[in-house]
Amino acid sequence: MSEVKTEVEKKVSEPLFSKKNRQLMSSPLNDDNPITVQVLGICSALAITVKLEPAIVMSLSVLFVLAAGNVIISLMRNLIPSRIRIIVQLVVVASLVILVDQVLKAYVYDVSKQLSVFVGLIITNCIIMGRFEAFALGNTPWKSFLDGIGNALGYGWILIAVAFFRELLGSGTLFNVQIIPLSWYINPQTGEGFYANNGMMLLPPMALITVGIIIWIQRSRNTKLIENA
Amino acid sequence: MKAARKLLDSIRPHFEKGGKLEKFYPAYDAFETFAFVPGHTTHAGAHIRDGIDLKRTMVTVIFAMVPALLFGIWNVGFQHFTALGTIDTKEFLDLMLFGSWKVLPMVVVSYGVGLTVEFIFGIIKKHSINEGYLVSGMLIPLIMPVDIPLWMVAVSVVFAVVIGKEVFGGTGMNILNPALTARAFAFFAYPSWMSGDKVWVNTADGAVVDGYSGATILGNLATTGTTGSAYADWSVAEMVIGTIPGSIGETSKIAILIGAAILLVTGIASWRIMLASAVGALTMGFIFNLAAPHMITEVQRNFMAIPYWQHLIIGSWMFATVFMATDPVSAAQTPTGKLWYGFLIGFLGIMIRVFNPAYPEGMMLAILLMNVFAPTIDHYVVESNVKRRLKRVKAVAQ
Repeated sequence: MSEVKTEVEKKVSEPLFSKKNRQLMSSPLNDDNPITVQVLGICSALAITVKLEPAIVMSLSVLFVLAAGNVIISLMRNLIPSRIRIIVQLVVVASLVILVDQVLKAYVYDVSKQLSVFVGLIITNCIIMGRFEAFALGNTPWKSFLDGIGNALGYGWILIAVAFFRELLGSGTLFNVQIIPLSWYINPQTGEGFYANNGMMLLPPMALITVGIIIWIQRSRNTKLIENA
Repeated sequence: MKAARKLLDSIRPHFEKGGKLEKFYPAYDAFETFAFVPGHTTHAGAHIRDGIDLKRTMVTVIFAMVPALLFGIWNVGFQHFTALGTIDTKEFLDLMLFGSWKVLPMVVVSYGVGLTVEFIFGIIKKHSINEGYLVSGMLIPLIMPVDIPLWMVAVSVVFAVVIGKEVFGGTGMNILNPALTARAFAFFAYPSWMSGDKVWVNTADGAVVDGYSGATILGNLATTGTTGSAYADWSVAEMVIGTIPGSIGETSKIAILIGAAILLVTGIASWRIMLASAVGALTMGFIFNLAAPHMITEVQRNFMAIPYWQHLIIGSWMFATVFMATDPVSAAQTPTGKLWYGFLIGFLGIMIRVFNPAYPEGMMLAILLMNVFAPTIDHYVVESNVKRRLKRVKAVAQ
């Protein structure tokens, strides 16, 4: 009897950041990245990565919605009848998104206007429903929380990396601060200077190509991602 | 010739397996097969139609482009001195010199950058370096405006070779025509250097004559609906000979026709694509002629009312059809498919040109679009063949 009891206690006292738990957070950053490996959430990655600022705000919003939503769903996982689970998930994510939207409108109105409809569209971000379905419905709240944080970070760093290149090459700025010296730019009147911004970087196709290049680099470094070639 | 062979043979051991420079074998191989017909033959599959290999094919295409290039060089000088009003004092050689000074650096940059990227990929990926880029590298300067900064050409070339070609596996695997990929990239990335009325003629040093306009014919058509402007009213003869502003290689229809003749006589380009593209362009032009009176704005009425055959001699229709649409890699492969592919290129090219003044050169977009659809066209052609034959078998069986 006593033996069984100690075993149960051992299970409960699994450290908060055990190796397994840490992996929940680290694997979405690389091996299991939501954008570059699972290819989810691409639409928002294309739409709001023209500048760094909205990309970061978007990443933070997704971070909040995904972590909180994962925890809520995980808490309710034994109560939700599996037939209507999608509706329940939708209600949870929609409430959280509305919360985020109101906060953004109240405190960073400019960014909120830039993000426009894409904040609302977090509801349809495939990553969120995907994590609810695949993870939160079957795991404890703490693990779901870590999983949410990990996936949101994996999503966020791709967004920020793409936005970094798009803003730098497309607008010559970072966080709206001019990085490339203005004196470099070609002056149409005098013909001086030699540089020009790459207008294509501002168009969504170039975001797709940038994501593609990131996937390319990732796969050439991380060979286990390559399907049996 | 023998000395070169000897030299290549003597350095060969360094590049073979176990040699010091083993890694650079693709580079060695590229030089060797460029200079001499290789001694080996294809191992698998029966694709032999001719003794000619890929490199010889490419060189023929380059020969076909030479007339357009030479005329382009001359025209750069001609347009420049005409704009400055000093054309009467200049000799033929002055024009050629000025043109060479502008055009040859673009050719050098295009080849230098493009081949460097190809060599790097060849060495990393250990595939042999094909001469696919020899043609693209010559095409790219010919389809650029003369005033584009050289580094923009370089960036476009890198994009075209890496994203347009190497990503898909190198020469022969690309979905899109690499030269057009470069142009499309430059067009969307640096629109103010790729369109408008300032970029087609170099007027950097000195004042231009009164009332001068460097707009192309398509530019005029998009803004006013007439081929000419207050500055110059281009005649049909000028359009055919090519003494008009435009991308470097596209202006002279005669030079392009010489190239087309070379390509057709040697059997390298498909006559089906060229013919079908002409039919498509004429059809669309004819439809526009019929529709012209019903358009709302005067500009559009005038634009659509230009004689339908003139679409073949303005803009880049002819250059694009002869040198771009016929690219054997990105075009449709089946004979029937080639007809559809060519027809739609001509048809859509003229449609985009007339309907969307923001993209005065519709041919570029039309060809890229049809490049994407070429495999689909082939698929349906093959499927319908299969169906027809199955029907025949059934009919015999019954």
